[in-house]
Amino acid sequence: MSTTTTTAPAKGRTEQRGRRRVEPIYWFFLLPSLILFTLAITVPGVIGITFSFTDSIGVGDWNFNGLTNYIALFSDPAILQSYLFTFGFSVVTVIVVNVIAFLLAVGLTSRIRFMVGLRTVFVIPMVISGIIIAYVFNFLFSNSLPALGEATGASWLQTSLLANPDLAWVAIVIVTAWQAIPGTLLIYIAGLLSVPGDVYEAADLDGASRTQRLLRITMPLVAGYVVINVILGFKGFLNAYDIIKGLTDGGPGTSTRSIAMSIIAGFNGGDYGYQMANATIFFVVAILISLLQLSLTRGRNAL
Amino acid sequence: MSTQTLLTPEAPTSRGARGRGLSSRFRMERVNWPATVLLLLCAVTVLLPLYVTLSMAFKSTGQAVDGNPFSLPAPLSFDGFVQAWKLTTFPVGAGVSLFVTAGTVILTIVLSAFTSYAIVRNWDRKVFRYSFFYLLAAMFIPFPVVALPQIQLTGLVHLDNPVGVILLASMFQLSFSVLLFTAFLRSIPLELEESARIDGASTWSTFWRIIFPLLAPMSATVGIFAFLYAWNDFMMPSLIISDPALQTLPVRQNLFQTQFSNNYNVSFASYLMAMAPAIVAYLFTQRWVMAGVTQGAVKG
Repeated sequence: MSTTTTTAPAKGRTEQRGRRRVEPIYWFFLLPSLILFTLAITVPGVIGITFSFTDSIGVGDWNFNGLTNYIALFSDPAILQSYLFTFGFSVVTVIVVNVIAFLLAVGLTSRIRFMVGLRTVFVIPMVISGIIIAYVFNFLFSNSLPALGEATGASWLQTSLLANPDLAWVAIVIVTAWQAIPGTLLIYIAGLLSVPGDVYEAADLDGASRTQRLLRITMPLVAGYVVINVILGFKGFLNAYDIIKGLTDGGPGTSTRSIAMSIIAGFNGGDYGYQMANATIFFVVAILISLLQLSLTRGRNAL
Repeated sequence: MSTQTLLTPEAPTSRGARGRGLSSRFRMERVNWPATVLLLLCAVTVLLPLYVTLSMAFKSTGQAVDGNPFSLPAPLSFDGFVQAWKLTTFPVGAGVSLFVTAGTVILTIVLSAFTSYAIVRNWDRKVFRYSFFYLLAAMFIPFPVVALPQIQLTGLVHLDNPVGVILLASMFQLSFSVLLFTAFLRSIPLELEESARIDGASTWSTFWRIIFPLLAPMSATVGIFAFLYAWNDFMMPSLIISDPALQTLPVRQNLFQTQFSNNYNVSFASYLMAMAPAIVAYLFTQRWVMAGVTQGAVKG
């Protein structure tokens, strides 16, 4: 502690008190978080990266094996498939969620009846547990829709969406979107309300149509909010786990297994070191996306 | 700012909002009925799964298996609830969920408020400045990346229980919360504290008497995020808590995916009991939830 007080120059906005040394109480405020955080996140992170260079199976002896895990990863069809699925699913879901949420937000900020009630309803999915709502939709997809198909004679409805390896992902997109729209919607509503009313009035005076108003005024003015929503959403969807667990559990086969699920499955499957290499790569991907987020949002501090 | 703009239209009736905000010329416009009808239809898709949950939960086992989820329960049966209560040992599950949620909310708010205050007031010190960036870096780390080592470590130190989940969940909420608190603290003028200090108050009591009350709106935002995360999460408790008897409510529901899979009234009664507390809490606090989520997401 004493070393830090001597090395840290008291530059910038100096306060009357504590110019020479930091009041001990501030250490009490800071250190518990730092220590807990280090033990809970940094240490596991370092352990994980270290084990990604070993042949550990989770218990017992292990040896360093260099880059073996990483080389194997890049030619493992199961891993490649989980990345392909997770990225494809995330891209589709981000588009679906943002288009629907934006249109809903435009509707909810226009002159409608029952505005308060409608907003209340549209936000409800946000407070419901992902795994539980996935179980509810699971029932609808695998029991109710097929029953409806039989009753109406529509053959395409008669087999469960979840049992079809080519289409199960659609069900996951639907449920994920159902749950993710409220958060996105609230941000868009805030964005739309931040556009000053007199801008619209000016447009009205110039004879702008409804569509022109939306495309020429609203869209450019809320572009910053679109960037935020797209990136926050994309980052969240890459971690998809709960909803998939409740709908397909990665199936049929491994067609809807996300990156998170393949990492966790590795723990039970006995290839700990291997999946830690997978986790490390996933970590690098997450950092790259966050850096992209920073570079994109920095230019839009107007928010 | 977003808080206020969002809150204004939340006035109980549209009449309440009429006077303020937009100009009177704009107000003369008629109600947009096509949009209203369209939105009402969309609202049905939100409510449909909830309606199914509600109606299935009150059906008898016989009616629940007939395949029509949209029919109203006839006769009204509470069998599902009685069985679900016993099968999931609901009181224990609810207790654990409540404990984990309360613990995560309190720990997140207190620790991040402490940390943010220390960081903002000592920003001229390298250690505090670097601590800020160090804590913020965790925003880039998804849980699955560190999950496996965490499972092992919590097992090693006997924290493979709800307490361990509280500690880990709070740490994952910390970066975001510190970011919100520090941004807010920077806007609080130093003069506010100085008068208290002149009266001889210590930093500790200044924090609790002046700073912490001022932080209340941010604490609400931070608390709401921590609540939604801790109450609803499946992944972390399912991996960290090793004793099934100590699992949270969402994790207990996987019971119905394997056993008892045909007693739909029982499983839906159980789902309903698990999701109802959060929905009821939301209906009573929706203003704050909406404002908090908006504020948090836009800042974060």
